Amino acid sequence: MNDDFDRVTLSDVSRHFGRRSALSHVSFSCAAGDIFGLLGPNGAGKSTLLSILATLLQPSAGDVRYGDCSARDGGAAVRARLGLLGHELQLYPELTAAENLRFFARLYGLRDIDARVRHALGQAALADRADDPVSAFSRGMRQRLALERALLHDPRLLLLDEPFTGLDQGSATVLIARLRGLAAGGRMIVIATHDLDLAEGLLTGSVVLRDGRVAAIHADGMAVRARYEAAVRPRAAAS
Amino acid sequence: MGQFMRTAWLVMQKDLTIEIRSREIVSTTVFFALSCVLVFAFALVRDGRTVVDAAAGILWIAIAFSGTLALGRTFERERYTDTLRALMLAPADRPAIYVGKLLAIVSMIFATEALLVPLVALLFQAGLFAAPMLLGGILLTGTLGFAAVGTLFAAMLVRARSRDVLLPVLLYPITIPVIIGGVRGTAALLGDPPDVAMAQFWIGLLLFFDVVFIVLSLWTFEPLMTE
Repeated sequence: MNDDFDRVTLSDVSRHFGRRSALSHVSFSCAAGDIFGLLGPNGAGKSTLLSILATLLQPSAGDVRYGDCSARDGGAAVRARLGLLGHELQLYPELTAAENLRFFARLYGLRDIDARVRHALGQAALADRADDPVSAFSRGMRQRLALERALLHDPRLLLLDEPFTGLDQGSATVLIARLRGLAAGGRMIVIATHDLDLAEGLLTGSVVLRDGRVAAIHADGMAVRARYEAAVRPRAAAS
Repeated sequence: MGQFMRTAWLVMQKDLTIEIRSREIVSTTVFFALSCVLVFAFALVRDGRTVVDAAAGILWIAIAFSGTLALGRTFERERYTDTLRALMLAPADRPAIYVGKLLAIVSMIFATEALLVPLVALLFQAGLFAAPMLLGGILLTGTLGFAAVGTLFAAMLVRARSRDVLLPVLLYPITIPVIIGGVRGTAALLGDPPDVAMAQFWIGLLLFFDVVFIVLSLWTFEPLMTE
């Protein structure tokens, strides 16, 4: 079995929490080089879908395949190729920036840990704050550090939940450039976001979710806002 | 096995580093446990005398209550920062993460016990140190059994809305054999002379509970944590 993959495919994925349906018959796929958007209003099922893609949640029905293997079959080998930046930043505030990165590098069993940590701190523009506790950082600094934490092990599939939250215009521009660079390097990036302005021109494809169902799928990143509003509006108008 | 223990050690080391910096859990549990013992001492000790074996019961009540506090807080930290998901996403053995959390929690409860046991011995005039090795054995096996179940439940409940209520409700009924074993084993040491055979019997039984609880927890941790 090949641990690496260049395509992720969701087939008819549904997820129920008790009697409540969070996702219903969701299907799409994305390939290496894609920056794929998960769009939709609050409660549409974006975070649930990200958790399923991250193998942290099992679908009630349907299948997610990473290349030619499923999450269940792939186990740790698939998890080693996934990076997740959640809405909460998944950093320990009592530890320093370097300690956070070092801890996760060891947990992932990486080599050349010091060099990786130095590189990650440089990418986050936090090299001079390496020994400061994360609790002393601003939201934007934490966000940058959390992104580097998610990228530390060079994942093939990067899952981002609202990555632009708390970033000023300059940091958002840097992040967009970084994501484009990562995609050009062969990673797949899946972004759940409300920020349609920043998503415009960044995404290479998107799926609009509404009430856990696919309202629209777009194969390019053009006119994201107009298409999103067209997909979501009929329901809003009806209600 | 080496990788498994390295992961467990890493998680334990991380938790203890955070605790050394924040001193949040140990200070809270020590304060709570000492308050509990002081209240019981005022209620039960008259003219330097107390109910037979009360010291053993109060020691284990304080350990169980303060241990529950430590379990809740340890996982509340992971929930607050969503780091438990980051741990679960790592390609490390998930049972090793359980073992690391367990070792960290046991270490924190031991730190509380290091202050609690002398205080109980002093306030209740209890000969807890007549057989220190046996006392250590009872504390070690009893604490391990209690924390083994508690770590599993606290991890399971981390996203439950009423986790603070549910943890003791689930934990105490299942750990009753451990707490009874701890109380009876400790009470056996309070006699003059200490009942060594009885204490050894309870240590053996506690060890059996530990093995059962830890094996079950290792077996169920991964499926329970993958929602």
